[in-house]
Amino acid sequence: MSSLEIYLAILVMAVVNYFTRVFPFIFFIKKEPPLYIIFIEKYFPPVIMMILIVYTLKDIDFKIYPYGFKELLGICVTAFLHLSIKNYLISIFGGTIFYMALVQYL
Amino acid sequence: MKYEKELKKAFSISIPVMMGYIVLGFAFGLLLTSFNYPWYLAPIMSIFIYAGALQFVAINFFNAKAGLIDIAIASWFVNIRQSFYGLSLLKRFKNSGNFKPFLIFGLTDETYALLTTIKDDESLSKKHYYLFLGLLNQLYWIIGCTSGALIGSYVKFNTAGLEFSLTALFVVLCIEQYKNLKNIYPFIIGAISSIFALIFVSSDKMLIVSIVSSLILMFFLRKKVEA
Repeated sequence: MSSLEIYLAILVMAVVNYFTRVFPFIFFIKKEPPLYIIFIEKYFPPVIMMILIVYTLKDIDFKIYPYGFKELLGICVTAFLHLSIKNYLISIFGGTIFYMALVQYL
Repeated sequence: MKYEKELKKAFSISIPVMMGYIVLGFAFGLLLTSFNYPWYLAPIMSIFIYAGALQFVAINFFNAKAGLIDIAIASWFVNIRQSFYGLSLLKRFKNSGNFKPFLIFGLTDETYALLTTIKDDESLSKKHYYLFLGLLNQLYWIIGCTSGALIGSYVKFNTAGLEFSLTALFVVLCIEQYKNLKNIYPFIIGAISSIFALIFVSSDKMLIVSIVSSLILMFFLRKKVEA
């Protein structure tokens, strides 16, 4: 691509990206959101949180050794730290360092 | 400073995002310059586009000399999940005045996850706190992308596994969500639909398939979800 084409492509992506994020705010600007939106508003965050955990692991091949074992162990350590110490920085740093050690030394 | 408390709180909860964004952004900058695109595209893209997956896909668009209409349609599909995020924030962003367009612009997966999980502190000015959180997260992304493009090819250190910080962040936020809600059904729905999509759909479509199927399941199991 020439540099002009690259800038145009960036402009298009910037506009489309903003549109995807602003869409519900435009759609429900005046009227009170209907009941099904209030339902989604309340119960969608826990659903998406679960989905995002799996999403961050999408490039792991669970079919080959060690079958995602390191990732599952990393998740367990993070969850254990969080349930016991209840400090989210300790949970996240601890889980990440544990996982890095698994990936780099094992 | 007038809003020091808001800034401090925003900074403290954004630290995990900082770790993740700097690593991922760094990888993006490194990949971009490895195809000989100029380094300054990294800050330009991270300022104006500010979307992880889309920026990686953008490098493919450049390489393939994709047409603008194709780019628009593909970008829309890559980020369509984010149209569902705003639905949980209509009320929260209602009184944010002039900041609202930026707060909406800053709605990445991670910023959304923090905003919907961390309980509001009534002593803080909410709109300033949201603004700082949005600004800080984007700043981390800009720093990551730019430094990857500038110094990525000169430095060598083993960051393998550091990207797990985002997984860990979502694990922690998931536990916090459970503490607020005390109902296991939304989590089961999220797990089933995402594992199903992971197995049966290609990884670039996995997220949107999970979201749509989980919404269908949510309405199907509405009584249990609300119990």
